[in-house]
Amino acid sequence: MDVILEYLPLFGEGLLGTLYICAASALGSLVLGCVLAAFRVSPVPILQRLGASWVTVFRNCPLSVVLFFMAFGLPEIGINGSYFWFGVLGLTLYTAAFMCEAVRAGINSVSVGQAEAARAIGLAFLPTLILIILPQAVRSAIPPLANALVAMIKNSAIVGAFGVGGELFSVADTLTAGRGIAALPVLVGIVIGYLIIILPVGIGLGKLERRVAILR
Amino acid sequence: MSQYSVLYDALGPRARRRVLYVTLVVAALCVAAVVFALIALDEQGQLAADKWSALFNPTDTQFPVVWTFLLGGLLQTLQAAFLSIVLSLVFGTLIALTRVTANKYYRWFVVGAIETLRGIPVVLTIFFASRVLPTYGIELDLIWYIVIGLTVYNSVAIAEAIRSGIAALPRGQLEAAQAIGFSRGMSLRLVILPQAFRMMMPVIIGQLVVVVKDTSLGFIIGFEELLRRGQIAVQSLNNPLQMYLVIAVLFIVINYALSKLAERVEDRMSTRTAKAKTPGKAPARV
Repeated sequence: MDVILEYLPLFGEGLLGTLYICAASALGSLVLGCVLAAFRVSPVPILQRLGASWVTVFRNCPLSVVLFFMAFGLPEIGINGSYFWFGVLGLTLYTAAFMCEAVRAGINSVSVGQAEAARAIGLAFLPTLILIILPQAVRSAIPPLANALVAMIKNSAIVGAFGVGGELFSVADTLTAGRGIAALPVLVGIVIGYLIIILPVGIGLGKLERRVAILR
Repeated sequence: MSQYSVLYDALGPRARRRVLYVTLVVAALCVAAVVFALIALDEQGQLAADKWSALFNPTDTQFPVVWTFLLGGLLQTLQAAFLSIVLSLVFGTLIALTRVTANKYYRWFVVGAIETLRGIPVVLTIFFASRVLPTYGIELDLIWYIVIGLTVYNSVAIAEAIRSGIAALPRGQLEAAQAIGFSRGMSLRLVILPQAFRMMMPVIIGQLVVVVKDTSLGFIIGFEELLRRGQIAVQSLNNPLQMYLVIAVLFIVINYALSKLAERVEDRMSTRTAKAKTPGKAPARV
């Protein structure tokens, strides 16, 4: 307990760092995931294949390999940047595959009759999509999106293990390896840090889910 | 690849023409991207033969050395994954049973512990397994820290899968078992669990993909699995781009095969249960 109180500023800094990484990656992967999902449900075969290959590649490749590729591969072809942005980019590309699947599952869960009814009363493609399909799709997409988001927050620790300073995992490394502090209290502090981020996200999304839920 | 979609009807002639235009534009963009990437790679000297030959040219003297090294790493990866999934299954089952049978006085504790463990990143469980255990005098081979870290994380995930499998079983199963005089333990062991396992088989295989992916976190504590070995080899070969490409492809092939297996198991099971529901058409094998 003393360790946590003594190094509270350091833990706080780590918490903020993790939050920054997560916020940037969450935004990026949600946008990219929606674009990929749009590809996958579009009537254009080549776009469908692009989306599907993206998902296959990133779902089956470990995040650490993606990050190695970013941090050590990209500088080889003359793309330089900070580890922070390589980390965020890697996490974004990786998580987008899972977000895409969540959104696509949401769209596919809408029953075909809904769209057929919309077309039958003369709605065009865009009104059908915006007024009928998406409002229902969002509802069933929220639980898998929440899962992907929580997994992403946990994966941000891998970005930290990678040498992006100032986030929770690197704090753990600094304290145990650099300053030789007993590992167990540090572990407790770090776990509390992650729970501080994950619990509100989980509870908030759970509330949202219940609010938009409809009886079917 | 025309599949039926909720979003649009079968395409008419105008829409088909539009699809053709979009296809051409996208294809052109893809070709442009590939050409651009190749030019960029060439400018940086990444297409030079010496960057690739150690990995792709069997006549290169380094080729057998590098591949023996990498495949040894792959073997370590698979070993760690196998040990982790087996241990996770054992502990996962125990945890699920504890949660299902827990008395209400300490159930909150079991649930709380499960939820907390689910919130810990798997990197941390591995990292702290390697840091905390030695301070209590438990010195193990590096592989065991990975296995312990992965087991802590995945046994909880599997426990949740098994629990939802148990919850999905019709109540009649337990009642029938008790009606023929099985004790609670016997009905769990002989009736409930086998069915829950069968039902959750796809989830368990899916979890194996996660485990294989997560063994690559071994690089953090220096365990020489595939990725760590690649990292070591890069130091002398100086070809990070090519090396990590090969490693990514290896992981993707293995995990893709596992995902396909999970899908097939799921398909087979859904047809089997569908058959079982129609009386008289139940398969002869019991």
